[in-house]
Amino acid sequence: MNILEVKGITKTFGGVSAVADVSVNIEENTLLGIIGPNGSGKTTFVNIITGFVRPDKGSVVFKGKEMIGLPPYRVTNLGVGRAFQMVKPFFHLPAYKNIIVPLSSPRVRASSGGGYGDKDAMSLDILEEVGFERDSSVPYKTASVLPHGYLKRLELARLIALKSEVFILDELFSGLSIAEVTSITPIIEKLLLDGKTIIMVEHRLKELFRIADKVIVLNFGKKIKEGVPKEILEDEEVKKAYLGVEV
Amino acid sequence: MKERVIDGQNYRKERIARCIKARSDDIYALTSQKEMWYLLFPRIVPIVGIAIVAYLLPIYWKKVILTTCIFAMLAVSWDFLSSCGMLSLGQALFFGIGSFAAGGFNHYLHLPVYLTIPLATVTGGLISTMILLPVIRLRGIYFAMVTLILPLMLMRLIEATKLLGGTEGLTGLSPFPNEWVEVTLIMAAMWAALFGLRRFIASDYGLIFVSIRDNDRATMASGINIYAFKAQALFIGSSVCAFCGAFMTHSYQFTGMPVFAMEFSILPIAAAAIGGMNTLAGPLLGAMLLVPLSELLREFGTLRIVFYGAILIICVIGLPEGIFHYLSRKYNEMERWVKIE
Repeated sequence: MNILEVKGITKTFGGVSAVADVSVNIEENTLLGIIGPNGSGKTTFVNIITGFVRPDKGSVVFKGKEMIGLPPYRVTNLGVGRAFQMVKPFFHLPAYKNIIVPLSSPRVRASSGGGYGDKDAMSLDILEEVGFERDSSVPYKTASVLPHGYLKRLELARLIALKSEVFILDELFSGLSIAEVTSITPIIEKLLLDGKTIIMVEHRLKELFRIADKVIVLNFGKKIKEGVPKEILEDEEVKKAYLGVEV
Repeated sequence: MKERVIDGQNYRKERIARCIKARSDDIYALTSQKEMWYLLFPRIVPIVGIAIVAYLLPIYWKKVILTTCIFAMLAVSWDFLSSCGMLSLGQALFFGIGSFAAGGFNHYLHLPVYLTIPLATVTGGLISTMILLPVIRLRGIYFAMVTLILPLMLMRLIEATKLLGGTEGLTGLSPFPNEWVEVTLIMAAMWAALFGLRRFIASDYGLIFVSIRDNDRATMASGINIYAFKAQALFIGSSVCAFCGAFMTHSYQFTGMPVFAMEFSILPIAAAAIGGMNTLAGPLLGAMLLVPLSELLREFGTLRIVFYGAILIICVIGLPEGIFHYLSRKYNEMERWVKIE
């Protein structure tokens, strides 16, 4: 069953076509990878799905509900969560307080009650899930002093706190060491086991292809290829797009 | 020197604040009277100090305290709005609307003081929020520009339409019963606003407001309707200012175009800049220094503004973080000698 159906998304910024007529269906509980060279419209595509940018044309249907025109917070509350490429923690707040904000959203409040203080415990549980050592001082540190790897985990924790059904991860692995990537990958695999659907925008192809069920390739805003990772690797057009040869 | 020996006994230095701050911020596990006093001291001293000045000094200084408290509340409200990601250059707007609301209720409907002030606080907050609702999506300097221009517009509107007394304003409004009531009321209101808002910002609900300042896109991606929260913050912040406006109106028994003066917008920002932003207490401290200072400099005549400006510059260069941040850091760094077992 398709949990998310994207049809004919088109967006131009002042004559530059950022995304041109991209369609893709995402089946429930699968991992879709989106790849493409720099400036190929991957992030714009994510921004459109999550309501941050309104497209010129096209539709995004989540579980039978049209999402184009909804503001980002409505999209989030429906169950489509989004992690940013440029990490956006609340820098002045301690890590565990960062998670209290999504825990205060209407989506979470509807599913679980809880008075003052309960949210702290919930937040610490979620942080532990994404690799914050519980008995250390790390969860209590201000986000501004945390290393990059933890901030990426914090982005993931926000989506888990929101009980999202679709996780859209915009270049989660960028700027992380191999060791950090290998420690975050099991978290993503566990989300798949929990029945979540994941969309990953990535430049780290090797790591992505190991876990992706389906991959689409964007180039100059157009979808040039869709298929399982193996097909993508062998495709001539994809190679050209990545190597910069004119097609 | 971290260690020393007295009578064969080893001592080392330890911060008095060790753990007290962490425990009192969130979980309230204070263990002794000493710790209570450690936390209460910096709060009680200014409360008692200002009360002594207000009650013991002659009437002229009572008026100065009054003005100081009003500007302090404006500064606290400015800092509250800025903590919620809204940079306001228009405290005069909220102040003026509150002032005219109180004046209107008193002059046209003949309501007594104890009714006009609460009514003006709420209606002032509501009207201010309604006026700014269309621009609530603007961020940073763009929002600031709108708030700067609105009080000037309203001033001209009143001048042109001659509504609410026009250029002459409304005079002969009801006074307070006596100056004791007046000065007690404004001090109580100021401390209530400061400690109330500080408590509010530290709560789980208040956390959402702070997160909007840190990153509004991430707050939206957390499923929070930031415009609803900004509107709430605007209502709270502007109500505080409207209260000040209403209070000043009855204190001077007058309301008119001067209530939209730039002074009411600029001084709170200067107070926040020298006091230390995002603490709420900092701007209050800033106002406590700036307003009496401006009174003391009065004898210099027109040179007053030069000295005033010079002091401002020295403060901002010398303590860019703000006086409050500096003081609170020093207070938490205080050490004592403890025995090594």
